[in-house]
Amino acid sequence: MLAVFKRELFSFLNSLMAYITIGIFLLACGLMFWFFPDTSILEYGYAEMDGFFGLVPYLFMFLISAITMRSFAEERKEGTYVLLATRPLTNLQIIGAKYLACLVLVLFALLPTLIYCYSIAQLGLPKGNLDTGAIIGSYIGLFLLGSAFTAIGVFASSFTKNQVIAFAVSVFLCFFAYSGFDSISKVSAFQPIESQLANLGIAEHYQSISRGVLDTRDVVYFGSFVALFFGLTHVVIGGRKW
Amino acid sequence: MSVVVKELAKHYGQQKAVDQISFEARPGRILGFLGPNGAGKSTTMKMLTGYLQPTSGKAEIAGKDIQAHGLEVKKLIGYLPENTPLYMDMYVREFLSFVAQTYGLKNIAQRLTDVIRQVGLGQEQHKKIGMLSKGYKQRVGLAQAIIHQPQVLILDEPTSGLDPNQLSDIRNLIKNLGKDRTVIISTHIMQEVEALCDDVIIIHKGVLVANAAIDELKKAHQHKTLEQIFKQLTL
Repeated sequence: MLAVFKRELFSFLNSLMAYITIGIFLLACGLMFWFFPDTSILEYGYAEMDGFFGLVPYLFMFLISAITMRSFAEERKEGTYVLLATRPLTNLQIIGAKYLACLVLVLFALLPTLIYCYSIAQLGLPKGNLDTGAIIGSYIGLFLLGSAFTAIGVFASSFTKNQVIAFAVSVFLCFFAYSGFDSISKVSAFQPIESQLANLGIAEHYQSISRGVLDTRDVVYFGSFVALFFGLTHVVIGGRKW
Repeated sequence: MSVVVKELAKHYGQQKAVDQISFEARPGRILGFLGPNGAGKSTTMKMLTGYLQPTSGKAEIAGKDIQAHGLEVKKLIGYLPENTPLYMDMYVREFLSFVAQTYGLKNIAQRLTDVIRQVGLGQEQHKKIGMLSKGYKQRVGLAQAIIHQPQVLILDEPTSGLDPNQLSDIRNLIKNLGKDRTVIISTHIMQEVEALCDDVIIIHKGVLVANAAIDELKKAHQHKTLEQIFKQLTL
């Protein structure tokens, strides 16, 4: 399993694709957080990162879908999956290795944004006046959100040969899982079960962790979310006809 | 370690890709797996290597059922898939080392050097796989199949698209490997079967139509050439 993980990660790092997608993600973050007046923290005037943590989930939908789209789709198209499937590896090991490689790449994309915390701490008045608890919580929230989106992306990549389809499906599923349930719960017909429906969405749990309170319910939610999509991927990969 | 196949079948809906075939391959003998295109050769090989699930029937390798002991059996098999799929963006050594790691081999560097010498990749070992010519890609494919010294080799059209020089190299290699292993190869080239194989199986539309040693097969068909026998059985 370690071998597959290493191969996946190095094949990302050896291709321009990873650097370009991560570069564009960071560029978009930088522009939105520091430059575009509507969302810029300099215009906002408070030394907080809430705006940033509200934006990243939407950027993640594209970043993560772009990273995960090739994981199975490419192997299907090139016929190389047979190289993995005929080794002494279980399907779950293969899925896990690919999943972890994608997740590590997402962490690489997230890491440089820690500079923002430092900059804002320096800009605050007095210096260093920052709600550290909320920021740590939000980063944990982003990591969990990233792992959920990665699970969706790997799943979307498993049922098609076409990377563009994998990308589009993954973006949609991420968007729906993130804010779809929240929006549906506002439909008047669903009034009686509004809070239960909203609870199914990622946004509710992400925001709850972002407050800086690590609730076991939220962690369990993300854990089961990832497990669900692992299971779905396993079903698709196990029933292959390719 | 012999390969025993019992009434193995693979159906896709109504279509029977492989229809209850049974045969046995023994160590020290090379088994030629013949049949027209679409006869079910590759499907059978994919089932033996654990890539496809059979619809019914079973196969045993070294007495172990391929479905019940999937992981153990996979360690015993070296498989060269049809069309030799490889990771084109990897370097030859890097790729072979990756394959060695998936088997959990020890002393990988030594093993890599041996295999690269064995298949004659010395000149090309530091190149990217995507840059290699077809013949060398085929050798990389063979190298990944034999790197863990498997007792059973399953080679799906190992010589397709090679030039005459490469052809005889690869045949000699397969012949050498076959001395103490069980080898199953599929091919369309009848001279190759005569040159390499001890036993022959012919399948047609998923059904087994011949299963014998080459000499016996010829004797049974009044000493016709293998090509004539093949045509007679599959037309």
